[in-house]
Amino acid sequence: MSKVAVIGGGIIGVATAYELAKLGEEVILFEKSYFGSGSTFRCATGIRAQFTDEANIRLMKHSVRRWEGLEEELGFDINFRQTGYLFLATSEEEVKAFKNNIRLQNRFGVPTRLIGMEEAKEIVPILNTEPFLAGAWNPKDGKANPFKTLFAYLFRAREMGVDAREHTEVVALEREGDTIKAVKYRSNGRVESVKVDAVLNAANAWAPLINEMAGLKRDLVPIKAYKHQLVKTEPLEPGQAEPLVCPPSWNDAYIIQDGEDGGIICGAGIEHEARGLNDYEPTYDFLRGVLRYATMIAPPLKYAHIVRQWAGFYAKTPDKNPAIGRLLDNFYIAAGFSGHGFMMAPAVAQAVAELMANGRSRVPLDWEWYDPYRFERGELRSSAFQIG
Amino acid sequence: MSGKVIICRCNDVTIDEIEALIDEGVTDIEEIKRLLRIGMGPCQGRTCIPLVLSILAKRTGKKPEEIPLPRARVPIRPVRVGVIVGGDDE
Repeated sequence: MSKVAVIGGGIIGVATAYELAKLGEEVILFEKSYFGSGSTFRCATGIRAQFTDEANIRLMKHSVRRWEGLEEELGFDINFRQTGYLFLATSEEEVKAFKNNIRLQNRFGVPTRLIGMEEAKEIVPILNTEPFLAGAWNPKDGKANPFKTLFAYLFRAREMGVDAREHTEVVALEREGDTIKAVKYRSNGRVESVKVDAVLNAANAWAPLINEMAGLKRDLVPIKAYKHQLVKTEPLEPGQAEPLVCPPSWNDAYIIQDGEDGGIICGAGIEHEARGLNDYEPTYDFLRGVLRYATMIAPPLKYAHIVRQWAGFYAKTPDKNPAIGRLLDNFYIAAGFSGHGFMMAPAVAQAVAELMANGRSRVPLDWEWYDPYRFERGELRSSAFQIG
Repeated sequence: MSGKVIICRCNDVTIDEIEALIDEGVTDIEEIKRLLRIGMGPCQGRTCIPLVLSILAKRTGKKPEEIPLPRARVPIRPVRVGVIVGGDDE
C-alpha cells in the first residue's frame, strides 16, 4: 500500500480517490474550496457517447457502462437516467456528417441512429421541428445529478478510509529528481506537509498551477479557463425535453430537462475567456443569446420563467481533449476536460487509479491519444466534439 | 424543534433532512444547498437560507456571521423568458 495525494475535489479527483481506495491505496484528497466548487457543480448534467472520434467514443462507451451500475455500486440515488441525446441537423451537409458519425459510433457498439422529425417530436413534445431535417438519436446517452454523484463517490471513499479534506489548499510540492516526495498544504491558516508516494493533479482549470508547483512549465499542459454559462427555467411537467437537444449549427445551443426538478437547463457556445480563476459572473449577453436559441428550439419556453443563471469553466486544452497520464515518475494528471469531466469521470477515474496502482489499466482508454506531453511535441489530436 | 418542520417551502425540505446532512459531515452551505436544493427554488433562498444558517450555526458551534452565504444567482425574481427574448414575435 502506498500513500497517494489527489489534488482537486471535483468529480475526477473524488472518483479517482474512491477507485484508488478500492485498489487498497491510502489516499489523501485536497480541495481548496468546497467539494465540486470548480466545474463539477456548474455542469449541465449530460452524459453521451456521441463523439466524433474513436478514442472518445470508446472511452464514453465504457463510461456509460459504469454509469449504468453506479447507483448500485455506490448505494446512493444519483438520478442517472438514459434519456438520450438528440442532435439536430439544419442542412444536407450536416445530415451527411451525422451519418458518418453514426457509422463510426455504431462500429464501437454505440446505438445512435438517424431519425426523422416526426419521431423527434414524439421524443421532445415541445420541439419546433420546422428548421430541422433530421436527428442523430442515441437513447443510451443520458444525464445524472452532479451534486449527488460527487457525494455518492465521496461518502463511499470516506467509508473506505480516504482522508478527504475541503478548504485545504495545496501550496507546494517537494520534488527530488523526478519524484514528488511531499505535499505542503494550508488549512485554517496553518501550513503542514505530508509525505507521499504518488500525486494526481486533478485540478482541471487550476491544473497548470499545480504543474508549476511540481517544477514543470505552467503551460506544459496548456489549459485555459473559458466561462461557460447556463440558465435554468422553473420546473415544467416532466417529459417535455428529457434528452439533451442540440442543433450544433446554432452555436451549439442546447436544452435539457433536469431529471430531478423538471426545470429546463439552457446552454450555448457563447463563451468568454475567463478574466481569472474567480470569474464566475454571469453575463446578460449570454442570457439573451441562449434564450433566443432555446425558444427557437422549443417555442413554448417563452412562457416559462427563468429562475437562475450561473457560470463555471470549461477547462480547455487546444484540442479539447483532456490530458490524462504520467508527467513525472510518480506525478500524474487528469485535467483539461473541456466540459466533459463529469460524463467521463467513472471511466477516467478507474483508468487513472489502475494506472497509478498497477502501472496499467483494463479500461479502453487510449493513453497515447490523451498523452499530456502531446502539446509540448506540437501534436494535437482531432478536436473532441464539444458542445456549448 | 423536530418532526416535519419545513425549512425550504419551494422544495419541501425539512429541518430533519438538513440536520441529518450536517451530522454526516456536510457543513458547507454551498453543499447543503445543492444536495437538498434549498435556495434553488423560485424564492431564491429568501426564506430558507437564513434559517439554514442558524441551524448550521447551532449544530456546528459557529457564529452565523462566520458562515459564508452561498453565491447569489441572478435573476433575483423569476423572469418570463419571453420578456428577455422580446415578447411573442417569432
